[in-house]
Amino acid sequence: MKALNIIESAYRATIEEQDDTIVWLTHALKGGRRQSRSPIARQRRQLCCASAERGRARFRRLAPDAPAAYPRPHCPLIAKGVAVYVLAQDLAQRGLDAGDLVPGLERVTRERFPGLFAAHDQIWHW
Amino acid sequence: MAERKTLTFALMDTPYESARTTTALRLIDIATRRGYAVNVFAYEGAVMLPFSRQQPHRNAVRGRNVEEENHLLTKDVVAALMEMAARNGGKLDWVNCGLCVDERGVGEAIEGVRRGSPADLWKLVEASDNTLVIGTR
Repeated sequence: MKALNIIESAYRATIEEQDDTIVWLTHALKGGRRQSRSPIARQRRQLCCASAERGRARFRRLAPDAPAAYPRPHCPLIAKGVAVYVLAQDLAQRGLDAGDLVPGLERVTRERFPGLFAAHDQIWHW
Repeated sequence: MAERKTLTFALMDTPYESARTTTALRLIDIATRRGYAVNVFAYEGAVMLPFSRQQPHRNAVRGRNVEEENHLLTKDVVAALMEMAARNGGKLDWVNCGLCVDERGVGEAIEGVRRGSPADLWKLVEASDNTLVIGTR
C-alpha cells in the first residue's frame, strides 16, 4: 500500500518536539520496512529549504539537545528512498527556486495533483 | 444491511482546544452507530482524549456546580463510543501513541485503550477500507 502524506505546516508540535511530527512518523514507518509510501507533498519553507534553521528554544538551562534541523545537509527522508514532493506554486509565491532547496525534491504543480493522488492508495492530509 | 466497513481515524488534536476534535468524535459516533469496525490512532495531543484522570469542574461564571455543569469529558465520550460500537456489533480499537503518552505523562487511560506505535498505525490502515486523518492546524 502507498500513502501520500500532505504536510501543510512544519514543526507544528511546538517545543517538545525535536522533529516535525509527521516527518518523524514517516521515518518511523519507513524504518519499519513497511510497504512503500510516498510521503509529503506541499512545500513548506522550513522543511524543504536548504538554509532553513530552527531557532533553539531555551528556558534558563533547559533546551533540547537535538533541535529539529531538517534538512541539512540532505533530507534523510529522501535518503531512505521516500519520494518528497513540493508544490511549485508555493515555491514561487515565496520566491524560492531550485537552488534554495535540498537535493532530491520533486516539484509538482497543482495540475498534477489528481494524477499524484490517483497513484496512491490513501491520502493522509495532516 | 449495508456492508460493515472498517475505518481508521488518525487524530492529533487535544481534547478541548479545537472543534476538529468534536467533529472527529461525531464522525466516530456515526460509524459506531452503524456497527462499523473503527480504529483510532491517537497521536500527539489526541492521546489525552481517553486520559482517565480528567475531572469535571464547576462553572463559577455561570454559577453552576459540578452536577449542574455536567461537564462533557472526552474520556467519557471515548468510553461511550466503545460501548456503542460493541452494542451495534462493531468495535472501537483505540491505540494511543506510546511516545506521545510518555512525554505528556498521560499513561492512565480508560479501560480498552491500548498503547502502540507508528507500526500499529500502519497495521490498522492496511486492515481498513479507508483512513481519515484529522491533524492539528
